Amino acid sequence: MTAETTTTTTLPRSVPTGISLGLGARIHRRLAAVPTAVLWLIVGLWTLPSLGMLVSSFRAEDAVKTTGWWTVVTDPKLTLDNYRAVFSTAGTDSPDMWRHFLNSLAIVIPATIIPIALAAFAAYAFAWMDFKGKTWLFVGVVALMAVPIQMSLIPLLQLYTGGAHLTIGGQTLTLFPDLNLAGTPAAAWLTHIGFGLPLAIFLLHNYISALPRDIFEAATIDGADHMQIFRRLVIPLSVPALAAFGIFQFLWVWNDYLVALSFIGGAPDKAPMTIRLATLSGGRGQDWHLLTAAAFVSIALPLAVFFALQRFFVRGLLAGSVKG
Amino acid sequence: MAAVVLEQLNKIYPNSSHAIIDLDLDIIDGEFLVLVGPSGCGKSTALRMIAGLEDISSGVLRIGDRVVNDLAPKDRDIAMVFQNYALYPHMTVAQNIAFALKLAGRPKAEINERVQHAAQTLQLEPWLDRKPGQLSGGQRQRVAMGRAIVRDPAVFLMDEPLSNLDAKLRVQMRAVVARLQRDLKTTTVYVTHDQVEAMTMGDRVAVLRDGRLLQVDAPETLYERPADLFVAAFIGSPAMNLLDVGLEQNGDQLEAVLNAGRLIVPPAVLAARPGLLAYAGGRVVVGIRPEHLHDPAIGSDHGPARIRGVVELRESLGAVIDLHLRVHAKPAVTTETRQAAGDIELLERQAQVGESVVVATVDSRSKARVGETVELVVDTERAHFFDPETGQAIWD
Repeated sequence: MTAETTTTTTLPRSVPTGISLGLGARIHRRLAAVPTAVLWLIVGLWTLPSLGMLVSSFRAEDAVKTTGWWTVVTDPKLTLDNYRAVFSTAGTDSPDMWRHFLNSLAIVIPATIIPIALAAFAAYAFAWMDFKGKTWLFVGVVALMAVPIQMSLIPLLQLYTGGAHLTIGGQTLTLFPDLNLAGTPAAAWLTHIGFGLPLAIFLLHNYISALPRDIFEAATIDGADHMQIFRRLVIPLSVPALAAFGIFQFLWVWNDYLVALSFIGGAPDKAPMTIRLATLSGGRGQDWHLLTAAAFVSIALPLAVFFALQRFFVRGLLAGSVKG
Repeated sequence: MAAVVLEQLNKIYPNSSHAIIDLDLDIIDGEFLVLVGPSGCGKSTALRMIAGLEDISSGVLRIGDRVVNDLAPKDRDIAMVFQNYALYPHMTVAQNIAFALKLAGRPKAEINERVQHAAQTLQLEPWLDRKPGQLSGGQRQRVAMGRAIVRDPAVFLMDEPLSNLDAKLRVQMRAVVARLQRDLKTTTVYVTHDQVEAMTMGDRVAVLRDGRLLQVDAPETLYERPADLFVAAFIGSPAMNLLDVGLEQNGDQLEAVLNAGRLIVPPAVLAARPGLLAYAGGRVVVGIRPEHLHDPAIGSDHGPARIRGVVELRESLGAVIDLHLRVHAKPAVTTETRQAAGDIELLERQAQVGESVVVATVDSRSKARVGETVELVVDTERAHFFDPETGQAIWD
């Protein structure tokens, strides 16, 4: 339906005039079907590899390495061996997959919840509170989005292992204590919080500043202070934005490899699933058939989070608040 | 219950625009005061200053016997109704109404009782569990009212609360609000740009223009004795006809000279407005309300004054007919009439050719037809006179 109405307006003017209406209508109908067809094509292209991987994860090692996954149609031999191998610890020095799953959770939960909470406060302040230097502070926060994470890996690692100290004339001032965080989940989630915050503040600020001013004024007159307005109005009304950022941040952190490798790479028992996935395939990639099963183990939680949170993408949350 | 006193209130924005200039207003305890004026006249700003949503640049604001200049809105004991309702969309009607009481930490039983009472007063009981999005415009407006009355504040502040409703509902809600205010006897400041609302609802009406208070009086007084040209042009629908005329002394009587003829200033008017004598030989603006022009064919006992013109438009309203007459007379063009005019260009063009359109509200039996030249009776006893330079009404 939508595709049809959009193409009505974009139908090229070069369609020759004078041809019969029947042909014109037919051309129109053909063109109208194009966007839908393209969409299906993209969906197909996108889904096919995932489907292939899912099928492969249930095939035996030999089969995976010698024939394509589609041969399953003619030769349906499925096994759970790959999954068993992924969850077993036999022949390795690393803990089992559940351990890594929990390690991932230990990173992803604080790395998702803390920046959302902090960013919501900051976004509200930037949007609705008056204080000196607000504009420049906001510009500064947004500018932080441009800092590449690779550039800060070494300085951060130094900070986590040795703290930050300033020595002036024999006096040493400790700016950041030596917490010896390297190899702990805290090193990873602290980093994720830092790099997630600018975008979170920016996104939430855009949403929160667009809430109608009148309801804040009404609440002020009703006797609410900033904290009460934040808690009782801003948070409930910002749920779609919070959920959207929550999903993104969750996925980024869950799928992160670089930060985890840099800060926890030296401690295999603390490593999240992504690190374990990389080692699973073997030093020369000879065990890549195991990756198919491991990837599906790893994808399970993000999928659950996505479907759990997507119902918060409610439209019309502000309906009936203010007119016009 | 409290009086609201504004003393020399000023509002100057950081971009140095002066929104409110030396506003003095004494709102009596229990009064329904309407602030009226064209858009941008500062009426909403004044209201927001009383509410505490805008800082006061200078001057003193008293509510009751307290100076509240620096008090937060919640400490001023006021409630406000916003033009676009400003309901909390994620809360039910009951929660919306209860919000202020809940924040104030009132006991649950008391909150329930007061919400029930407010809902009863505004006939909102069937919708207490609905969300604002499920309500009609009129119902939302009543919820906004409920949120205000439930707190039993000293002062109600209402910022064009009916302007988003359709015409019929607006007339109904006008009565609802007015009756509610009379029952509760709560001091109310009501902002509107609709002069019908101002006239019908207010105990007194304050007319603002460009941040200045022009006149504050009972609606009848405002209508009968407008203090200046702007008030005269702004209050009344259709608007007062304002003509630029010469004033000549003829023996012991004054005559207003229109291009179309002469109108004798009756002795009674001259006695009431002795100041007019000083304008003899000069120019004044004469104001005639549409209902003070009559069709001579209907009724008798008409005075001698007449005005002649061609009927351009005949609007039958059922009970009466509005006749738009093209008359040989210069319309008054001053800053005040320009501001009150709907179409400034038209007004200026008319002034150039020395023709105005005079509106007469005549009896529905009038036989005047479009295109005809007609003569109407002018009730000169009720004419208004203004200084064309200052715009002030001429009295003594």
